[in-house]
Amino acid sequence: MRQEWKWEEDGYEVIRSCAWSAPGDHPVGCGIKLYVKDGKLEKVEGDEEHPITQGRLCPRCLALKEYVYHPDRIIYPMKRDPKDRGNNDKWERITWDEAWETIFEKIRYFTDKYGPETIMEFTGTGRLACMYNNLLAYEAIGTPNCCYAYSGVSCWGPRNSVCAYVLGAGYPEIDYAFKYEDRYDHPGWPLPEYVVIWGKAPLESNADGLFGHSVVDMMKRGTKLISVDPRVNWLASRAEFHLQLRPGTDAAMALGWLNVIIEEDLYDHEFVDAWTYGFEQLAERVKEYPVEKVADITWVPAEKIRAAARAFAKAPAASIAWGVSADQNPNAPQISHAILALMAITNRIDAPGGNVLGGPPPLNPTGRDGETAMFSQVGEVMPPEIWQKRLAANDLPGYQEIQNYIQPDYTLEYLEREEPYKMRMGWIQSSNFLSPTCSAQPERWHDAVMKFDFNVGTDTFMNPTIQALADMFLPIGTFAEINDFAITHYGMCATFYGSINKAIDVGETVSDLEIALKIGNELHPELFPWDTPEAYFDAKLKNPAVKDQITFADLQNKGVLLPTNEYYKYKSGQIRGDGKPGFNTPTGRIELYSLLFQKFGEDPLPYYIEPEYSAVANPEIASKYPLILTTGARTFVSFHSEHRQIKTLREVVPDPLLEMHPDTAKEYGVTDGAWVYIENQWGKAKQRVKVTEGIMPGVVHAMHGWWFPEEEPSAPHLYGVWKSNVNNMIPSKHMGKLGFGSPFRSAQVTLYLATD
Amino acid sequence: MSLKGYGLLIDYEFCSGCHSCEVACKNERNIPLGKWGIKVETIGPWKAEGDRYEFNHIPCPTSLCNLCEERIAKGKKPSCVHHCLCQVMDYGPIDELAKKAAEKGSKVVMFLP
Repeated sequence: MRQEWKWEEDGYEVIRSCAWSAPGDHPVGCGIKLYVKDGKLEKVEGDEEHPITQGRLCPRCLALKEYVYHPDRIIYPMKRDPKDRGNNDKWERITWDEAWETIFEKIRYFTDKYGPETIMEFTGTGRLACMYNNLLAYEAIGTPNCCYAYSGVSCWGPRNSVCAYVLGAGYPEIDYAFKYEDRYDHPGWPLPEYVVIWGKAPLESNADGLFGHSVVDMMKRGTKLISVDPRVNWLASRAEFHLQLRPGTDAAMALGWLNVIIEEDLYDHEFVDAWTYGFEQLAERVKEYPVEKVADITWVPAEKIRAAARAFAKAPAASIAWGVSADQNPNAPQISHAILALMAITNRIDAPGGNVLGGPPPLNPTGRDGETAMFSQVGEVMPPEIWQKRLAANDLPGYQEIQNYIQPDYTLEYLEREEPYKMRMGWIQSSNFLSPTCSAQPERWHDAVMKFDFNVGTDTFMNPTIQALADMFLPIGTFAEINDFAITHYGMCATFYGSINKAIDVGETVSDLEIALKIGNELHPELFPWDTPEAYFDAKLKNPAVKDQITFADLQNKGVLLPTNEYYKYKSGQIRGDGKPGFNTPTGRIELYSLLFQKFGEDPLPYYIEPEYSAVANPEIASKYPLILTTGARTFVSFHSEHRQIKTLREVVPDPLLEMHPDTAKEYGVTDGAWVYIENQWGKAKQRVKVTEGIMPGVVHAMHGWWFPEEEPSAPHLYGVWKSNVNNMIPSKHMGKLGFGSPFRSAQVTLYLATD
Repeated sequence: MSLKGYGLLIDYEFCSGCHSCEVACKNERNIPLGKWGIKVETIGPWKAEGDRYEFNHIPCPTSLCNLCEERIAKGKKPSCVHHCLCQVMDYGPIDELAKKAAEKGSKVVMFLP
C-alpha cells in the first residue's frame, strides 16, 4: 500500500481510510478513498491497494455521500423538556457548551444523590460505540450498568462466552489467508477444501469483521461449501451440501455430525489425546444422537447428514463459520460447544486453512478472552462495592463470570419493578432498541425506560427510540468525520486492522470516543490521562504486551496492519496468560466436557433442546400458531434498523418482507406482494409477502429492524415503529440456564391478510 | 476515445447479487431513483432438478451505461467492475472477453451496451 493517507488527485484532496462506523456495520475496515473538494465529500472509491477488500465496496459505503449530507441528518446538539418526550416539534438546538454543562450536572446530581448505579448506558451493535461503551460507562460516568438490551445477549455473546469457557480463546475465524499481503497465492497457504457456513450470512453481514466475500474468493479457487441453513440463500444454492434444517434444531445437527465422526473414527486421535479434555464422555453423549434420530429432529435426510459430516472430517483443510443463529436460540451454549468440538476433534483449531485464533488483543492485551470489553478493565477501575451494585449481579453466576454487560432479560424485570433501586438516567448510545436488532418485546423496554428522569441519545439520525425516550440528542460523526480505528472482532480476534481518517467536518458532530474522553476528563481525570483520541490510541497501540506496536500516525500512513499471527499458537504458549502451552481453560485443554459449565450448574456436555412452542414440544400452542417463524436474515442495503432513509438503498428493499413457500401462501390464501399480519400470543407485525421456493413449507422468515422514517415522527406513531416490528412476537427471558440465547429463530405464528 | 468494440463480461456463477454495481453506477453517472445504468436481475430460487436450485443474479447494463468512458480515459476500470464485491465483472475488447468466456466455459454472459 502507499505509505501516506492523504494526497492530491485531479483537483481533489483524497483521504484514504478504513470504513467503519457510523453508519453501523461490522468492523472489516474496508479500504476506501474519500474525494474532498472545498471541505465537502464529493465521491468515494474503493481502495484497490487494501490487501483484503482490494477496491471492492458494498452498496452501503457507496451510498456514503447520501448518508453524510442527508437532509434528515442531525448535526447539532438538541434538547427537549422531559414532559415533551415523543414530540418531534419540541426539539430545540443548543450549543455543545450547554449540552456538556447539563450532562455533567445531571451525572453529578444522580451520582451524589442516588449513587452512580442509577445511571444506565444502552449500547447498540456494529458501531464504534461497541468499542467505547465500557469506557464510557465504567470509567467516564462511573456506573456499573452497561446494557446491550438484546434478549439473552444473543448476538455474539453466547458464541464468544462459550469460546472463553471451553476453548479458552476468542472466536476462531475462518482462515481466508488474511495473514499475508499476497493472500491466497501465499506459498504454503492451503485452500480449504470445505468451508461450513452454519447459520450465517457472511456476504450480507461481514459478521464481526469477516470480509464475507472472501468466501466467494475461495469458492472461485475451488473451495466447496457445506451450508446449514433453513433458507436457500445464495451461498446455500452453490453449496455441495445444503442441510436445510428445521429452524432451531442446530444443536441436534451438530451432535449428529459428532456422532458420525466419532462412530466412524474420522477424528484426529493425536490432537484429541494431546489437547482436549473429556473426549470419552463426549463420545458417550453423542451415542444419544444417532443420525436417524437427528434426521427426524432436523428434517434433513440421514444420508445427507452423514455425507456432509464425512466430507468435513476427511478434508485436508476445512473450517466452520458459524453465525448469530447459533446465539438466537435458548440452546445457544450447546450449539457453540458442539461446533467447537467438531473443529477440535478434526484438528481445525489454529490450523492453516482452518479456524484461526487471534493473538493477544492489541487494544487490551491483558484482557480476559471472550469478554466484550476491549478497552476497559472493570476490575481495575471500578470500586468492587459499586460493581456489585450492577443489576442482576447476583443472578446467573456463569454469565457474570464472563460478561461485562448487565444481563438484559433480568435487567428489564428489575427496571419494570424499579428494584433494587429506581433508575434515574439513561444514556442511549447508537442504539435503537425499540426497532430492534436487539430487544425482545420492545414495548416493555419503552415503558421501562420512559420512567427514567433524564435520557440522552447519541446517533447520526433521529431514530424511534431516541424520539420516544430522550431529552437530549448528541450528534455522532460518520467515519468520514472522525479519527478512529477499525479492528476485526472488536479486537478479540484481530485478523487485521487499520485507521479511520478524518476527511471532513459536518456541522458539530463528534465521535463516540470524544464523548467518552470529554466526560472522563471532567468527572474522572485520574482515569483519563488522554485528552484526544490520538493520544488514547497511542497509549493503547504502544502497549508493550502487543507484538506489533505502532503509533496512530504510523498506522495512518501504513494503512492496514496484518498482525503477526502464527498458526498453532497453543503449542508455543501464546494463548494462555501464563505463557504455558495449551488453552486458557481450567484444564489447559479444549474442554469437550466443560468444567465451567458444570461449575455454573449447566450440563458439562452439549445436548439438544426442542424449541419451546414447536409442534413437538407444545402441540396445543402449535395448533393455534402452526407456522415456524424465523427472523433476522440480512440484506445488502441496510444494517439492522439503519439506512431506512437512504433512498438509493431503500429502493432495493422498500418494504419489510415475509418469505414463505408457495404451498404456505396457497394454504393461507395470500399472494406475492400482499400485506399480511403474522401474530402469536405476544404480538403481531405487518409485513409484505414474498413467495419463494427458497424456504420450506410451514416456515416463514420475517425481516427485522423496520421503521419508516418517512412517516409521522411523534408518539404514539413513532415512525411506525410498532407496525412491522417482528420482535413484538419474541418473548423476553426465554433463554438457557446460563442466561444466554433467545427464540428469535424458532417462534410459532399464524398469519392472515391485512385489511387495514 | 471510442468504446465501440468493448464490452462487459460477467461470470454469473459467482455474482452474489450485492447491488454494488447499481449504486457505483448511479454515483458515477448521476442516475436518479427508479432508473439504472446497470441493474441486477434475479432468477430463483426455485427447484430445478433433484436437490439443485436455480438461483442466479445477472447485472444487466442499460442504455445509460457508457462503459464509464471518462474513467477508462484516465486508466481506471468502469466503476461497476472496480467495486464488484465478487470480482465477477470484466471489461475489455470483445475478442479478449470472448476468449475469457470460453475459458470459463459456463454461466458467463457478455454485454455490449
